[in-house]
Amino acid sequence: MLYKTFKGGIHLQTNKATDKKKIKPLPLPERVVIPVSQHTGKPSTPIVKLGDKVKTGQKIAEAEGFVSVPQHSSISGEVKEIAHYPHPVLGRDALSIVIESDGKDKWIKRKKHDYTKLARSEIVEIIKNGGIVGLGGAAFPTHVKLSPPKEKPIDTLILNGAECEPYLTVDHRTMLERTEDIIKGAKIIMKVLECDRCIIAIESNKKDAIEKFKNLIKDERIEVFTLKVKYPQGEERQIIKACLKREVPSGGLPMDVGVVVQNVGTVCAIYDAVHRDIPLLERSLTISGSGIKEPQNVKVRIGTILKNVIDNCGGYADGVGKIIMGGPLMGIAQYTDEVPILKATSGIIVQTEDEVSIEEEQPCIRCSRCVDVCPMRLLPCEIANYAEHHNFDKCEELDIMDCKECGSCSFVCPAKRNIAHLVKFAKNEIMSKM
Amino acid sequence: MEEKLTVSISPHIREDISIRRIMYSVVVALLPALFFSIYIFRMKVLTIVLLSIGAAVGSETLCQYLFKRKITITDGSAVITGILLAFNLPPDSPFWLPIVGSIFAVVIAKQLFGGLGYNFINPALAGRAFLMASWPKIMTHAWEIPTHGTLSGIDAITSATPLTVLKEAKGILADPLSSAQSIATAKQALFQLGSKTSLSNLFFGSVGGCIGETSALFLLIGAVFLLVKKYIDWKIPLSYIGTVFILTLFIPTGINSLFHILSGGLVLGAFFMATDMVTSPVTPKGRWIFGIGCGAITVLIRLWGGYPEGVSYSILLMNCATPLIDIYTKPKKFGVVKKKATTEENTKEKERLG
Repeated sequence: MLYKTFKGGIHLQTNKATDKKKIKPLPLPERVVIPVSQHTGKPSTPIVKLGDKVKTGQKIAEAEGFVSVPQHSSISGEVKEIAHYPHPVLGRDALSIVIESDGKDKWIKRKKHDYTKLARSEIVEIIKNGGIVGLGGAAFPTHVKLSPPKEKPIDTLILNGAECEPYLTVDHRTMLERTEDIIKGAKIIMKVLECDRCIIAIESNKKDAIEKFKNLIKDERIEVFTLKVKYPQGEERQIIKACLKREVPSGGLPMDVGVVVQNVGTVCAIYDAVHRDIPLLERSLTISGSGIKEPQNVKVRIGTILKNVIDNCGGYADGVGKIIMGGPLMGIAQYTDEVPILKATSGIIVQTEDEVSIEEEQPCIRCSRCVDVCPMRLLPCEIANYAEHHNFDKCEELDIMDCKECGSCSFVCPAKRNIAHLVKFAKNEIMSKM
Repeated sequence: MEEKLTVSISPHIREDISIRRIMYSVVVALLPALFFSIYIFRMKVLTIVLLSIGAAVGSETLCQYLFKRKITITDGSAVITGILLAFNLPPDSPFWLPIVGSIFAVVIAKQLFGGLGYNFINPALAGRAFLMASWPKIMTHAWEIPTHGTLSGIDAITSATPLTVLKEAKGILADPLSSAQSIATAKQALFQLGSKTSLSNLFFGSVGGCIGETSALFLLIGAVFLLVKKYIDWKIPLSYIGTVFILTLFIPTGINSLFHILSGGLVLGAFFMATDMVTSPVTPKGRWIFGIGCGAITVLIRLWGGYPEGVSYSILLMNCATPLIDIYTKPKKFGVVKKKATTEENTKEKERLG
């Protein structure tokens, strides 16, 4: 059978060893480090002082402007420090609020909502106050996505359950374990967007999730689409192309073609925020890779230190070489394991020393494998060659800014050139001059 | 955390592929044709190929040593250059010929431009063109007809290649001063060339020709291997051979199209030399244009040029056009969709014009 997909992309060994492992809630951490910036947009501003007692779910930092979200305490206890701590995404120390647990996990008062009785703007406000961001990895504030301007009506909501990165199985497990909640969450979003079509897009290697959705969906507005297993199928633009054959215009957003894409985990978070009044203070993630003794899916409070999570998974295997936050294709290598789990941390992959690929770069032989796989239809090899010689004008001419940094080009390069690295470097240089 | 962590930019996994593997796969793909060539032309061919490879690898080492570059002879690219150059030589070449050719190919066409990845023309073909210009007699005359396995008996007979026969026969027919007898011989020759026996000889390789171009069959075996492995792109050979086929179908050439495809170095050139990654375009559209251009120039040279064969020059010429082709065939990036309005406007315009 031919499954829906896009042109280009790469076929990977999926290594989804943890897809049969239930998401296990980890014990409460003794201490959490919550950076004020865990999202795309302006960092939030702390509203607590040293020594303040906080409850679980209490707002501890307020959003700054529209494209920003607040932070909440993920445990109950005392604010011990407001200082700079290692940040797993920014790669440097960033302002964080450190809370020490009192071990009681005392929650703030919550009230349940019935979304059908809420106005659209009220739902968006709840989502914003819940500090919800895209949980797939990009961490874009969800309420912004759910507030498209009037002139851009949305006709389709796509729930992204592709999970195309190897090793990661957390979305798969979430779809199996919280199927009903995802469907309910989808209905909430459809109400907000006033759209009457929802597609749940899942790669064909998650047959059980596809079946479960098909059995449980009682609403004809919601369909399940089976997608081909291919990377980067879960990339917003590629999943829209696969499902609807629409291409998001260069420099535009999905809303320009009448689509909003939400990760299935985010939909669960929206459901929790609206139905149960729980802000985003915990998330599930995959802990995997040969450097981990017991690979599994866990549910942790935001701000838990990575090292503690690993310790709860039986610890490291011998000869740890690299710790990656996120998937192996787009994840970020960490220089320390003393970093907190963020809202958008979808997994931790630990590679052993002999798995770490450090190969010498050779000159480009123009084999065009990167051109064939580039999902944005760019010329990665040429862009990389210009970037290497700091010819950024040429890079821009070759549409470097359209690159989504999926890394397919570096993956297939026989000369082991760090194409994606050069592209990121050039993009940074270009942005800093803007 | 005791261990030292590696920090690098994503992606953190790489495909199990290398330049070396691609290059040695090409070498393996050339082996069937080489073994067949040794079988029909005997051990002399092996000596020529080994001398050619030796000179290519040796001069690459020396160049990289003198230029203080990293010695990269193990990547296999010099080996390919050596084999391909030898494949383009007559089987009874003097032993200094492959050596001179390989040195020119590697030193002048490759290393002086910066080594692997920076050369703008195919080194082996550059070497062949150099030999062709310098010693045309040795390169084009005195072909040996394969003894076809009878290792003991028949002495090799000197004869022209099928394409040379074609060119000469057509020359006789075109010349008003030709005698009736020579015209009859020429017509006879053309008839024989286009016959089934002649075509099957071309396919299985019992005709005069260069070391590597005698048997289309054994070249195709290697080509299929490379195509299945996706180490070469099918677009270039298909458009190249397709163009030659279609052009010779419609232009009266005095002989059928199949003869044009199977004769000379077309199969060798289309699958193993035009597909050279470094010197062919990287864009999908560009590869079509490259193949079509090679095909058109080949036919042009074969029919109206001074040489009987045009494969190597056509590829060399298109190599030079490659940077230009790449610039003008940049793929349409994702997210640049034709406006729906244009089709609507078109229909409206049509309606208006009635």
